[in-house]
Amino acid sequence: MNIAVCVSHVPDTATKIKIGDDNKTINKAGVTYIINPYDEFAVEEALTWKEKAGGDSKITILSVGGDSNKETIRKALAMGADDGILLKDDNPRDSMGIAKALSKEIKSHKFDVVFCGKQSVDYDAGAVPQMLAEFLDYSCATVVVALKMDGNKIIAEREVEGGREVVELELPAVIGAQKGLNEPRYASLKGIMSAKKKTIEEKPAAQAENLSEIIKMYSPPAKQSGRILGTDASAVPELVRLLREEAKVI
Amino acid sequence: MNNFNGVDYFNIRSLLSEEELMIRDLVREFVSEEVIPIIEEYNREGKFPLHLVPKIAEIGLLGSTLPSKYGGAEMNNVAYGLVMQELERGDSGIRSFVSVQSGLVMYPIYSFGSDEQKEKWLPQLAKGERVGCFGLTEPDYGSNPGGMVTKVEKVDGGYKLNGAKMWITNGTIADVAVVWAKLKGVVKGFLVEKGMKGFSAPEMKGKHSLRASVTSELVFEDVFVPEENLLPKTEGLKNPLMCLNQARYGIAWGVVGSMMACYDAALNYAKSRVQFSKPIAAYQMTQEKLVYMLTEITKAQLLNIQLGRMKDNGTLKHTHVSLAKRNNCEKALDIARVAREILGANGILDEYPVMRHSANLESVKTYEGTHEMHTLIIGEDITGFAAFD
Ligand SMILES: Cc1cc2nc3c(=O)[nH]c(=O)nc-3n(C[C@H](O)[C@H](O)[C@H](O)COP(=O)(O)OP(=O)(O)OC[C@H]3O[C@@H](n4cnc5c(N)ncnc54)[C@H](O)[C@@H]3O)c2cc1C
Repeated sequence: MNIAVCVSHVPDTATKIKIGDDNKTINKAGVTYIINPYDEFAVEEALTWKEKAGGDSKITILSVGGDSNKETIRKALAMGADDGILLKDDNPRDSMGIAKALSKEIKSHKFDVVFCGKQSVDYDAGAVPQMLAEFLDYSCATVVVALKMDGNKIIAEREVEGGREVVELELPAVIGAQKGLNEPRYASLKGIMSAKKKTIEEKPAAQAENLSEIIKMYSPPAKQSGRILGTDASAVPELVRLLREEAKVI
Repeated sequence: MNNFNGVDYFNIRSLLSEEELMIRDLVREFVSEEVIPIIEEYNREGKFPLHLVPKIAEIGLLGSTLPSKYGGAEMNNVAYGLVMQELERGDSGIRSFVSVQSGLVMYPIYSFGSDEQKEKWLPQLAKGERVGCFGLTEPDYGSNPGGMVTKVEKVDGGYKLNGAKMWITNGTIADVAVVWAKLKGVVKGFLVEKGMKGFSAPEMKGKHSLRASVTSELVFEDVFVPEENLLPKTEGLKNPLMCLNQARYGIAWGVVGSMMACYDAALNYAKSRVQFSKPIAAYQMTQEKLVYMLTEITKAQLLNIQLGRMKDNGTLKHTHVSLAKRNNCEKALDIARVAREILGANGILDEYPVMRHSANLESVKTYEGTHEMHTLIIGEDITGFAAFD
């Protein structure tokens, strides 16, 4: 089985984001980057599929971006993937630009399945898996929390508003991983040591125009400090009144 | 996610290779996710979190510098040091477990053991399926282990072992003890296995320090140890001292983890604690304390990098390790105490890691050679006069 996993390189989720002077980008000073957390579920799923399929199954990691994305590819290799491809572009791309570059590369291989995170926690658009499936003409399920192989078919459970949906897909397919799909393994020291012997091929990302442009970024208004109305049951009526009339949440 | 970004004022990361950084970050993440959330509770209960052992083994932290044929990752010594540093950022007890298993059990079996012993024990120890301990210290012989009274007598097919060890990390949970005992006055190493008749390992209670680590006595009453359990390449006190040198090296790195945890807690606290209508971080005396901590951390980090590079290129002397162990433990303890001051009353609570580190470091400063003994070792080296025998 030939498996691809698409990964993005994002600011650590614990980062306190500061907006850059241009009001369009974030200030990258002091920010550490990590593999997109949803992509870790994708890598883990690929690894379990490979372990189940056995034989000469192979996992290729793909990422679109600058040189530093290699750190994230390397991390996936340390978890156990086989090789990586960096589709290089130092300029920011929107979801469309990323999906186009990935699909162009994926078409030149024969992947049975492509795993992605359901969204990338930097821009949170949550669009790449679906766009990718469209460009590749693959079936697609995203926000997937459980997955089963059944011959040439996949049974995927998707999280939907208020419940779950079970879908059946044909291979080849694009799967967008949601938290809960599995428990990603830690890389191991041996994995890290062997990752340095694995290859990361670099090639320019296929040209693609961005179809959207960030015109402004701004921080949410600062949270107001809380108010203590009382410490016993006598505060409840006032609390209910404020929740209804001021906060308008009930 | 990693909500701890380390302390790196001098861009020390630029002195590390990509793999060294990945290893550091892996262990950092592991500690943030698996150790920090549970450690205060285990410390309070005085229990070692045994459930972490398979996880620690799975990421490959046990015997990680050994060849892969024995389950190691063939890691260099700088990477090993970084592993120790990150583990101790969690707790000295967790670092102690890994130090003992790797540096004091797997290392002597690998260096002084027979092929059969290596094949039998190393892979199981690397997988965490077996736990080991190292018994050198005795009730009456701490800083001068050469005086030990634990001894063996040659008997048919093996040895008869008598004596007692004390302060032995992992003792009660160990499946195998590397025990140092005299055979006709010469120190030799033996593998004493759990369940051998006459061998018991009661846990020592009442510790105010290293509470999340098991510390035990080892008692030997006419224990029969078969010939094949003698570590054949041991021939005197220098062998256990070689092991200690491994472990001390790890401690020099490890305590930087404690320093970083205390500094991080103190810095965050100082920025948010308001007194006299200003954050206490805005007062000169607090700043002096924080700057002192940062300076000592940076010095210790640079010392360690060079220590590790020398170990890797074969130019390291045991006196170098003594200097780093001595300095870093002392500074770590100072930092923990200063951090406690900054936290005021909150500093004594286990809501913050500071007092736990502070208490742990009292042990760390003592074991693997006390501060004074390392002073004497370096003192002899530079003056040519031995002030101890
Ligand atoms: C939590 C913990 C875990 C441990 N784990 C292990 C283990 O796994 N295996 C093991 O074998 N041991 C272990 N030890 C024992 C440790 O190595 C010893 O405690 C240490 O070597 C010091 O010995 P001691 O406690 O007997 O102190 P002593 O040797 O009695 O020293 C007491 C004081 O006298 C000073 N002193 C001694 N001689 C001199 C001198 N010549 N000049 C000046 N000052 C001197 C010392 O520096 C110290 O301050 C552990 C200890 C602790 C606390």
